[in-house]
Amino acid sequence: MSGIRLYGRYVSLSLQSQMQYRASFVMFALANGLSALLEFFATAALFARFGSLRGWALPEVALFYGMVHTAFALAEAAGRGFDVFHLHVRNGTFDRMMLRPRSTVLQVLGQDFQLLRVGRFAQGLFVLLWGAASLGMRWTAESVFLAVLSVVGGALLFSGLFVLQATLSFWSVEGLEIANTLTYGGVEAAQFPLSIYRKWLREFFVFVVPIGCINYFPLIRILGRGDPLGYPGWAAWVSPAVGLGFFLVSLRVWGVGVRHYRSTGS
Amino acid sequence: MRAYAALLRLRCLLLLQYRVAAFAGICTQVFFGLVRVMIFDGFFRSSSLAQPMSFAHTVTYIWLGQALLGMLPWNGDREVQDLIRTGNVSYELCRPVNLNGLWLSRCVALRSAPTALRAVPVILTASLLMPPEYRLAPPASAAAALAWALTTAGAVLLAAAITNLYSIALLWTISGEGIARLVPPFVALLGGMLIPLSFFPDWMQPLLRWLPFSGLMDVPFRLYLGQLGPGDLAGALAHQLGWAFGLALLGQWLISRGLKRVVVQGG
Repeated sequence: MSGIRLYGRYVSLSLQSQMQYRASFVMFALANGLSALLEFFATAALFARFGSLRGWALPEVALFYGMVHTAFALAEAAGRGFDVFHLHVRNGTFDRMMLRPRSTVLQVLGQDFQLLRVGRFAQGLFVLLWGAASLGMRWTAESVFLAVLSVVGGALLFSGLFVLQATLSFWSVEGLEIANTLTYGGVEAAQFPLSIYRKWLREFFVFVVPIGCINYFPLIRILGRGDPLGYPGWAAWVSPAVGLGFFLVSLRVWGVGVRHYRSTGS
Repeated sequence: MRAYAALLRLRCLLLLQYRVAAFAGICTQVFFGLVRVMIFDGFFRSSSLAQPMSFAHTVTYIWLGQALLGMLPWNGDREVQDLIRTGNVSYELCRPVNLNGLWLSRCVALRSAPTALRAVPVILTASLLMPPEYRLAPPASAAAALAWALTTAGAVLLAAAITNLYSIALLWTISGEGIARLVPPFVALLGGMLIPLSFFPDWMQPLLRWLPFSGLMDVPFRLYLGQLGPGDLAGALAHQLGWAFGLALLGQWLISRGLKRVVVQGG
């Protein structure tokens, strides 16, 4: 069986098991979407008080918000296995995966496909479309293509962060919360245009952990605005590739981690 | 009462063991705080409209919120929830103490000990290491500090009463778990974690003040800032303790109803 088909099996099994508790699934998905939507409500309240944020209006910020949340939701759904991977290290159950003649990445990915993240995805998409509609934006084929590509690139970037977090657990299963700074903190920061932050934070999110690439550069182009930061226009098209690159690099780091793995035994 | 005090002490000692996790948490909180402060900085620089709160006060409010994040009832008592899920809750029923009291003291420990461990370093970092305009300011006065300390204790009790309801809801298994997940987003919004409550529209203010959640963060923080004076202290404490007591009674009633029809899971 090819890797992709095997992964398909994993996903369908995972979906079947989640559908066993339908009522609870629906409520989890609702809660997942709700928490992000309430955050947007708080942002809207601030815009009602202040009018604008450094030249950006609420519908524009809605686009930034929507793109980062849809990307993060995809990564959370698919990358859940890596997010909770430290449990396998702590319990020693990673040994079992290493005995199977398949790549560890495939198996960890296959552990769980969290469909309840559809809640965050749906609200992100809703806020994104609302923003575009209130701006009276005309979607061209190019801008749709760029938006979709960027969301996928963003999902890959966040998945890469989950992989790095999981890799960290080969060395220590404590203090993994530090990774939340980059994942949840990154989502928090990228809900707003990067240009509102201080220089050091901006550059961190462009050159070190390129979360800014998920939405900032593509949206500058889609909105047809000049970049207040003065980055070149082609950055919009490089951004999705940056996500892919980050993901591939984190897989290499994962490989190093796996070689370093020592079972807890038991 | 002595049994509950002993339980509280034991849980606190246990929760204080996770020091590396606490360090990681501190970094996360400082980072989040900084991002939030910068967002507000951007808003304040973009508008000359009169605001319900100054930028300096908002910065202090945000840092206090990050420092005391763990105090918010954003999750339930994991172990009690697992007990209910696995059916081991039947052992709890054998103990010669009131179940509500037992779980409530655990919740007080959960809301206070890990929070205290994180709050001190976050407060120190925010008041000493940040650039001057992003710093956490000291309390408005000695009286404000005292009022803040008292209402923070009240907030812990209130938070514990809410936390306990998440576990109790699990006695109604499936729908209960949904409740335990649906409520925390509202707690974050209505308690003042996302933005200071004063920034919400004016028509919402009476409702926000009446709901229990403002007692978790907003009211203690505004006492700290001196926006509420010592004269408001009695009312604030009455609001917190009234809700805490009411919710604890609700918990008691739900437990006794839940246990009548509880089916212990597992074997």
